[in-house]
Amino acid sequence: MSAISEVFGKLKAQGNGALVGYVMAGDPTPELTPLIAGALVRGGIDILELGIPFSDPIADGPTIQAASVRALKAKTTPKMVLETAKAIKKQHNIPIAAMTYYNPVFKMGLEKFFTLSKRSKVDGVIIPDLPMEEAADLKKAAVASGTDTIFLAAPSTTNERLTKIVAGTSGFLYLVSHFGVTGAKTAVADSTLSLVKRVLPFTAGRIPLAVGFGVSKPEHVKRILAAGADGVIVGSAFVNIIAADQGNPKEMLAKLEATTKKLKQATLK
Amino acid sequence: MDGKYGKYGGRFVPEVLMQAVTELEEAYTEAQQDAKFQQELNYYLSEYAGRPTPLYYAENLTRKVDGAKIYLKREDLAHGGAHKINNTLGQALLAKRMGKTRVIAETGAGQHGVATAMAAAVLGLKAEIYMGTDDMARQRLNVFRMNLLGAKVHPVEAGSKTMKDAINDAFRDWVTNLQNTHYLIGSVVGPHPYPMMVRDFQCVIGNELRAECLQKEARLPDAVVACVGGGSNAAGTFFPFEDEASVKLYGVEAAGEGLETGKHAASLGAGAEGVFHGMLTYVLQDAEGQIQNTHSVSAGLDYPGVGPEHSFLNALGRAEYACATDKEAVDAFLALSQTEGIIPALESSHALAFGMKLAKKMKKKQTVVVTLSGRGDKDVESVAKFMGAKI
Repeated sequence: MSAISEVFGKLKAQGNGALVGYVMAGDPTPELTPLIAGALVRGGIDILELGIPFSDPIADGPTIQAASVRALKAKTTPKMVLETAKAIKKQHNIPIAAMTYYNPVFKMGLEKFFTLSKRSKVDGVIIPDLPMEEAADLKKAAVASGTDTIFLAAPSTTNERLTKIVAGTSGFLYLVSHFGVTGAKTAVADSTLSLVKRVLPFTAGRIPLAVGFGVSKPEHVKRILAAGADGVIVGSAFVNIIAADQGNPKEMLAKLEATTKKLKQATLK
Repeated sequence: MDGKYGKYGGRFVPEVLMQAVTELEEAYTEAQQDAKFQQELNYYLSEYAGRPTPLYYAENLTRKVDGAKIYLKREDLAHGGAHKINNTLGQALLAKRMGKTRVIAETGAGQHGVATAMAAAVLGLKAEIYMGTDDMARQRLNVFRMNLLGAKVHPVEAGSKTMKDAINDAFRDWVTNLQNTHYLIGSVVGPHPYPMMVRDFQCVIGNELRAECLQKEARLPDAVVACVGGGSNAAGTFFPFEDEASVKLYGVEAAGEGLETGKHAASLGAGAEGVFHGMLTYVLQDAEGQIQNTHSVSAGLDYPGVGPEHSFLNALGRAEYACATDKEAVDAFLALSQTEGIIPALESSHALAFGMKLAKKMKKKQTVVVTLSGRGDKDVESVAKFMGAKI
């Protein structure tokens, strides 16, 4: 069992949910990323999702688009992000999933990417523009290096596809909460809760189910976990703090830790 | 059907879009086999868009160049002033058939936006167009034309503020509004089935020119030339000749200020394989796989990718891809304006620049057909600026 699914299993046994925290590596500078990761870990995230910036992030809303621009401006490269992951792993005992679009991985070459990610002890990859049908090569390279490939399901995913995706994903299944792009929302829609209930019979006993896109507040976390999900993914809420306090890292880190604590609290039974 | 051209093409899109592209493929396949759909499309192409467009023998230009006979496939005479209407009518009819009430589109030069707005207006669909703010500035006439036609234009401030960023935002709109919205992509790019479907709708260009050439010359052309940004007019021009080994196919990309300056939009000429906007194809990118900003005097060619079928034809060697600089395009623009009284689009001027060079090297009894993909009224301001003239 991978480190990622192990964390989900442990929390589930205690009756708690998992908090997956996303930040963009290199935002606002590569030097700050390990400190930002540290603040999230102290606040209580269970898994870190570390973004590798891409110039054209079509699945992301304005918050993460802006984070990509800042990270690329700071000259963040895929290789640097994998090295940053290694540094974070040295300091913290936390599973890490790298999240990026397919082209930076394709350009580096699958073999090299997974060799480097294995060396950095990265536990999984999430690539939102790589559906199952196009992922055979990546899956092969990932399996060879012992890295989880975390696939996404969406409200438009048919039950037929869901079966295939559940069979192909490892670590957890990333469920996109609504039709749209990433970005903090004010409330969880009822349709998200019924979506969780539709997907659960496919994942139960097979693979943990985590819900992302729009999840930003403790009450969102509670409602989604109450619907039966094993975890939540929070991204834009953290990135908004980073954007607002990029000139004042001390303040930023304190706010990140405090926000994480509140979100983590909401995952406990 | 996996939508692959050799290894190129495919469907690299977020999961939320997989169902939508699958449904689109099914609806398109059904429509293709439905005589009523084809009849309706043909009705609009002839009665509304003014097809067939002529194959014009540019006698004065031929004399000036002093080489092979140069024919122009006059897509500039199609309704809206470009070949774009062939595709927008097809997709808008398909959108209606699928029960969609709203179409969205990206536009670079504004020609696809205008053609989308026209098709939407005549077929009773709501149209919203994404356009980079840099393109809006250099094509402001087309922005106002879209407004006049009842379409809403969304300015896109992100990235290079050109077509690639407009496509990004159109994708983001589509994932949010899938239920009632069809994304009307304007070129042979994007996830399957777009490259195939747009090429099919544009094949009317090549099919007509083939028949017209046989009628006028009693033989097929020796070469056909078309400009390539995403590559839709080229795909429609080439496809009916792909199995005719005697017909040479030439695509012409934008060399901007010159390939060596890095300021260009020649994805096949200077790019590398990559995955972008839903497809595996040639892409202008840096060593880390970040998509690069492009430059061309013509907004319609200012795109860092190219249709996957062109990557395939290039790899096979079935089509050759050359490029023309901003200056060569503007020179060709002036040459055609002055010899034939036809003001070509700056995009088409790239094809013309290469076509003239090619004709010069060929025998006088041979023929070259250049697809004049659009008219250049929209570009008059850009050309004046390029020449340093005040208007």
